[in-house]
Amino acid sequence: MLPELGHFALILALLLAGLQAFFGIAGAALGRERWMAAVIPAVAGQAVMVATAVACLIAAFVGDDFSVSYVAENSNTALPLFYRVTALWGAHEGSLLLWILLLALWTLAVAVGSGRLPPHFAARVLGVLGVVSFGFLLFTLATSNPFVRLDPPAPDGGDLNPILQDPGLAVHPPVLYTGYVGFAVAFAFACAAMLEGRLDQQWARWTRPWTAVAWAFLTCGIAMGSFWAYYELGWGGFWFWDPVENASFMPWLVGTALLHSLAVTDKRGLFKSWTLLLAILAFSLSMLGTFLVRSGVLVSVHSFAADPMRGVFILVFLVIMIGGALALYAWRAPLLKSTAGFELGARESFLLFNNVLLVIAAATVFAGTLAPLISDALGLGTVSVGPPYFNPTFMMSTLPLLALLAVGIHASWKRGRLKDSARALLVTCLVAAVLGCGLVFGLFERGGLLASVGATLGLWIALSSLLDPIDRWRRGLSLPRAVLGMTVAHLGVALFVVALTTVQSFTVERDVALAAGASARVGDYEFRFDGVQPLDGPNYSALAATVVVTRHGSRVAVLRPQKRQYWVQRQLTSETAITMNRGNNLLLALGDNLGAGRWSLRVQIRPLVSLVWLAAFIMALGGALAASDRRYRAAQATQRALAGVAGEPAR
Amino acid sequence: MNRFLLPLGAFLLLAVVLAVGIWHSPQKGVIASPLLGRPAPQFSLPELNHPGRQLHSAQLKGRWYLFNVWGTWCTECRAEHAVLLKVQQAGVVPLIGLDWKDDDAQARDFLTQLGNPYQAVAVDASGRAAIEWGVYGAPETFLVNPQGIIVYKHVGALTDDTWTRDILPRVSAAAAGS
Repeated sequence: MLPELGHFALILALLLAGLQAFFGIAGAALGRERWMAAVIPAVAGQAVMVATAVACLIAAFVGDDFSVSYVAENSNTALPLFYRVTALWGAHEGSLLLWILLLALWTLAVAVGSGRLPPHFAARVLGVLGVVSFGFLLFTLATSNPFVRLDPPAPDGGDLNPILQDPGLAVHPPVLYTGYVGFAVAFAFACAAMLEGRLDQQWARWTRPWTAVAWAFLTCGIAMGSFWAYYELGWGGFWFWDPVENASFMPWLVGTALLHSLAVTDKRGLFKSWTLLLAILAFSLSMLGTFLVRSGVLVSVHSFAADPMRGVFILVFLVIMIGGALALYAWRAPLLKSTAGFELGARESFLLFNNVLLVIAAATVFAGTLAPLISDALGLGTVSVGPPYFNPTFMMSTLPLLALLAVGIHASWKRGRLKDSARALLVTCLVAAVLGCGLVFGLFERGGLLASVGATLGLWIALSSLLDPIDRWRRGLSLPRAVLGMTVAHLGVALFVVALTTVQSFTVERDVALAAGASARVGDYEFRFDGVQPLDGPNYSALAATVVVTRHGSRVAVLRPQKRQYWVQRQLTSETAITMNRGNNLLLALGDNLGAGRWSLRVQIRPLVSLVWLAAFIMALGGALAASDRRYRAAQATQRALAGVAGEPAR
Repeated sequence: MNRFLLPLGAFLLLAVVLAVGIWHSPQKGVIASPLLGRPAPQFSLPELNHPGRQLHSAQLKGRWYLFNVWGTWCTECRAEHAVLLKVQQAGVVPLIGLDWKDDDAQARDFLTQLGNPYQAVAVDASGRAAIEWGVYGAPETFLVNPQGIIVYKHVGALTDDTWTRDILPRVSAAAAGS
C-alpha cells in the first residue's frame, strides 16, 4: 500500500507544481492577485506531498519491501538500518527524489521569506521554481519512478553498492544536492527579473544571501566527496577530475563567479546582464551535472541509448529550461543598461577579471568533461581526458586568479587608486615570499617551485585579506558580517592554496611487499607488518592487517587496513587506515596476498592534506557568515515597507 | 547581431551534438589515422615491470602485435580492461601496452589488482611517444603486422565486438594466408 501512496503523492506534487508554475507566472503577468495568492498554498502542499513520497520510500527500505523494484535493487535484509535509510539516494531514481525534496524545501524557504519581496516578483520567483520542480517530477514519474513494483517480489535484495556503505556517503549527497538545488533560487530570481524586465541593485541584494548559502553547501558537499574518495576508494589522491567530480565543480566555479558579480551589481549597479547570465549558467550546470552523472550518460552515450526515453526526456527538458532562460536573456538583457563607469584599477575591474578567469576555468573543465561525450556523439570513439589535461590547463587560469585576488582586495570601488596601497601590497608580497619559501624549505628541507609559489601566493592572499579587518579594528570600527565572511572565505582560499601545493609537491607514495614481522621504511616512518587476521562484519567478511607505525623508534599508531568482501554483491572493497602525525596524513591500504605470507601494502604520506578539506570548510563558513549579514534582512525590511506603501493606491 | 543571443546559440549547438549522440548511435572508433598503412613509429622506452630495461620497437618486428595506449587515470581504460584480459587469454596476438603520462607505482598497482594482459608495457611519462603515434586520447589500440605496418586503429575502449569483428579476422586471415 505504502509504495502506491508514495506514487500517488508524487503525482499530486506534480499537479501542485504545475499550479504553482502557472499561477505564479501567469498571475504576475496578468496582474491577477487571486492567482498569485494561490501560489504559496501550492508550494506548501507540494512540499508535504514530496515529503510523504520520500517517507513512503524510506518505509519500504526500512521494512525490507522487496516488492518495490528500487528497494530490491539497492537494499538487503543484512544491510544495517542506517544504510537502509541512506540507500534512498544510492541510485538514480532515489537521487532524483532527494533532488526534488530539496528543491521543495528551498522553495518553501523562499516562500516563507517572500513576504519581504514585492508580491509580483515573489510570485514570479516561485512560479519559475514551480517550472523546475514540475520538470523534475515529470521526469521522475515518466522515466525513473522509484515506486515501481516487482511481481513476484524478490526474495531478498541485491544490496547497496558496497562502496556506498560508508558514513561519509550518507551525508555527502544531501549536502552536495542542497548546494546544487540552491542555485535554482538564484536562477529563479534571474528569470523573474527578466520576466519583469527590471533589474536593480535591490534585486542583487535579495539574491546574494540565497546564492551564498547554496554556494556554502556546495563547497562543503564537494569537500566531503573528495574526502570520501580519499579514504574509501584507496587509490591515493583526493581529486581525480572524474566526470562526477567535475559535474559538481563546474557549478561551483560559476557560482563563485556569480557571488562576486552579484557583489558588483549590488554595490555599483554594474555587470547586470553578466550577473544574470552567470545565475542561469550556474543552475544549468547543476542540472546538466545531475542528469549527466546520474543517468550515466557521461561515461558513454551508450547508456543513453539503453533507455532512449530517458535521454530524449533529459534533452528536451534541458532545452526548454536552459534554452528558455537563455532566450529570455537574449530578449531582455539588452534592456539593462548600466550608467555607472569605473576606472581600470578599481575593484570592479578586479572582480571582472575574477569572473572572466573563473568562467575560463569552468569552461576548461567543461571541455575536458564533455570532450569524451562529444567525440562519442560524433562517432569519434570513446576517449578520456585525465589529469594530464586538467592539471596544467586549470592552473593557467587559477594562478593569475590568485595573484589578482591578493592585489584586488586592496582596490577601492569606482576609482583606480591602487597607488595608495602599493606600499602595503609590496610589503605583504615580500613578506609572503620570504616566509613562504622559508617555510617550505624549513619544513621539508628541500625547495620546490610549485610549493614555494603556492606558499607565497597563499600567504600573500592571507596577509592582504587581513589588512582591511585589522585596519578597521585599530580604528575602532565594527566589522560587518559581510566583510568578515569575505575575509574568512579568502583566508580559506589562502590555506587551500598552501595545503594543495604542499601535498602535490611532497607526497610520498610507495608500494611495499612485506611478510609478517618484516618492516619497511617510507619517508621518516617505519612500518612493521604483523600479519593478517580474518574479521566478520554485519554483511561482509574481511581480512584486516595489523601494521605498527613508528617514527625514529617511537610508536606513532597501529593501523588496521582491511579488504572487505560484501556477501551479496561479492565485491571487494579496500578500507584504508589513516592516522595523523605531525601534520602528515599517513594512509595505508592493504593490497594482495603475494603468497608465502607476503602481502602488498600501499603506503602514502601526505603532508597537510587534511588542511585541503579544512580550507574548503573555512570557505563555506565564510559564505555562510556573509549570507547572515544584517544588511540583507534590514534591506528586505525597508523594501517591504516600500512595497507596502506602493501597494496601497493600487487597491 | 545581438550579442546576447550568443549564449543561446552556443547552448543550442551543444544540444544538437547531444541529440546526434542519442538518436543516431554511430559506428564507433573510426577515426581514419594518417598512420594507417604506414610503418609504426620507432620508440625505445623504459619497461614498466622491469625497471632499468628498455623496450625497443625493433624487438617487436616480425610478428603481429596490438599496441594499446592506456593510463590509470583514464576511466574508459578501466572499462576496457576486461576485454584486454580476454584478448590475452585468446592467445592470438600479444598486447603491448603504452602507459601514457602516468604514475609508475599506480600503473603497477592497477595491473596487479586487475590482472596484467600485456606482454610488455612501455612507459611514456612525457607523452612523446603517444604524439608520434598520433594518439588523441586514451584508450587507443593499433594493430601492427609483422612488417611493422599499422593495419588497423581503434579509438576508445576496445569491445568484444571490435575484437571479433575487426581485429581477429585480420590476424587470422594473415595467419591462414601465410
